[in-house]
Amino acid sequence: MSSPIAIATRAIDLRSRADARHDAWFRWLLASCGLLVLAALLGAALATLWGGREVLFGHGFAFLTSAEWNPVSGEYGALAPVYGTLVTSLVALLLAVPVAFGIAMFLTEIAPAWMRAPVASAIELLASIPSIIYGMWGLFVFVPFMARVEPAISATLGRLPLVGGLFQGPPIGLGLLTAGIVLAVMILPFICAVMREVFQAVPVRLRESAYALGATTWEVVWHIVLPYTRGAVVGGIFLGLGRALGETMAVTFVLGNSYAITGSLLMPGTSISSAIANEFNEAVGTHRSALIALGFLLFVVTFVVLLVARLMLRRLARREGA
Amino acid sequence: MKAKQLRSFIAAAMMLASGQAAAVDITGAGASFVHPIISRWSATFAEETGHRVNYQSIGSGGGIAQIKAGTVDFGASDMPLDTAALDEHGLVQFPEVIGGIVPALNVAGIEPGTLVLDGPTLARVFMGEITRWNDPALVALNRDVALPDAAITVVHRSDGSGTTFNFSDYLGKVSPEWKEKVGRGTVVKWPVGIGGKGNEGVSAYVRQMPNSIGYVEYAFAVQNKLGYARMKNAAGKVVAPDTASFQAAAATADWAHAEHFNLLMTNAPGAEAWPITATSWVILHRQPKNPANGKVVLDFFRWAFEHGREQAIELDYVPLPPALVTQIEAYWKAEIRQ
Repeated sequence: MSSPIAIATRAIDLRSRADARHDAWFRWLLASCGLLVLAALLGAALATLWGGREVLFGHGFAFLTSAEWNPVSGEYGALAPVYGTLVTSLVALLLAVPVAFGIAMFLTEIAPAWMRAPVASAIELLASIPSIIYGMWGLFVFVPFMARVEPAISATLGRLPLVGGLFQGPPIGLGLLTAGIVLAVMILPFICAVMREVFQAVPVRLRESAYALGATTWEVVWHIVLPYTRGAVVGGIFLGLGRALGETMAVTFVLGNSYAITGSLLMPGTSISSAIANEFNEAVGTHRSALIALGFLLFVVTFVVLLVARLMLRRLARREGA
Repeated sequence: MKAKQLRSFIAAAMMLASGQAAAVDITGAGASFVHPIISRWSATFAEETGHRVNYQSIGSGGGIAQIKAGTVDFGASDMPLDTAALDEHGLVQFPEVIGGIVPALNVAGIEPGTLVLDGPTLARVFMGEITRWNDPALVALNRDVALPDAAITVVHRSDGSGTTFNFSDYLGKVSPEWKEKVGRGTVVKWPVGIGGKGNEGVSAYVRQMPNSIGYVEYAFAVQNKLGYARMKNAAGKVVAPDTASFQAAAATADWAHAEHFNLLMTNAPGAEAWPITATSWVILHRQPKNPANGKVVLDFFRWAFEHGREQAIELDYVPLPPALVTQIEAYWKAEIRQ
């Protein structure tokens, strides 16, 4: 006969053993969720590598260094699409980040309380607009507008030393600058939503201590809020950058789809994803392989850009720590 | 409407009475150029016979791949296959409907259909050699038109398309320089210009950009009320793009000597022929994998050639000339096991 205490201990023992088992199952479940992401990423990268092998390995470095894209003669160089992708994304970031920062700062520090929730939901709604809508808007509304203002841009910014060359070209409304601006509008809500969220998470006592010491709103944001949230803010910017690099439809409509590398932002160009979207439907053989190889290249470009950004962040953190 | 319902009811009743197999679903895939007309035809065909035709507009390349793999009952392509490719996979092909490609332009003061172009000049514009509207070559063709002193913006298709294939084929036929430097394809390396996605993209760009010129299927030029040019054809006569000139091109093209109808109608010799006329081909298996479906496919196109002419014209296509239809039906008898 076992004593009541022994029964109780056994029950507890059984219970904790069950708990341990359930914990193990749960750990496996979570781990496989994480692994699934890695497997999907690796699978997609390998699939595009395999699909593009004919051009990636057959043409070798010419694929990376040549700007010649000629399906008729079978020459494929990815330089022009890569250039267009990077330039439009860079323009988009340069425009979107300051504006997103301003909106987020306004909503968390300055705006009256009744205004915050509606504007915040409006921004989140903006993020859910499908890209084809931005493309149509870009094509039918924004491109004609840009065609009207481009002569003024060329006459003013185009005269500046050093950067003047960036703003010269025929006023057709299409091009790298237009695509960059449309992309900026598209990624703005993502970056802004993240910034607003993390600015709100800054402990009230930090903020109020600074105000108590006589800091202005700007000083509070610049010296307290931003350093406190820097990692998350950069994460939000990455999110926007990722979307800008891979954006397809909106860019296809406003970029001009011309395989050219030009020094001016007012000239048409092409991007990796829009080249694929344009040509994949009718492509066969080597042409198809070249487009899949472009897809693989987009993986590489995105990876390198994010890696460089992360390294820069780490160096920044180390310098501040020292 | 009532008459139609009654007719389909009677058709259904007759089928049941004669113990015929029930309605058959056939599938096709390929060129987007013919998607509107095949959809229209299949709706009426289904009402009259009960057989349904599902067509997926996935592009010519996709259509060829699918019919080779045998996953569809027919494929459609804007580019003809050559005899070797057809024989290798046991396929046959025939044209189904005709369309015209027109130079679309947007120049203030030039009314639609007043500007005249010839092939070599058009090629030089698209090569970037003629850059202004008052270039001597353009002025020589248009003594009565006031051409502005403005830069030309060239617009082309950015996506792979049969329209580009036929357009570049035409420019290659009239300009050796084009043939050598650019060539022919669904996507080519354009020396100049900006690319619009699809006929709708090119139409939108041309409509928005002053002093631009592009090329679109005739239906898009009509529906978007774009300015268009007349062309000097191979016979040296200036013709306007319309049903008559497209049909003249189809009638004077040398189909009789084209093996498996492997012939592009561009630069057709007739005096009234529109020089940039195109067609789309239906591709079938010589021995249908599923004979019942194969029969319905032929029934469908036989019906379309006979009863679908007005619908084609409504959608700004041009039906095949009767002589060509006769030739196609003889081809079916000779080539396809029925």
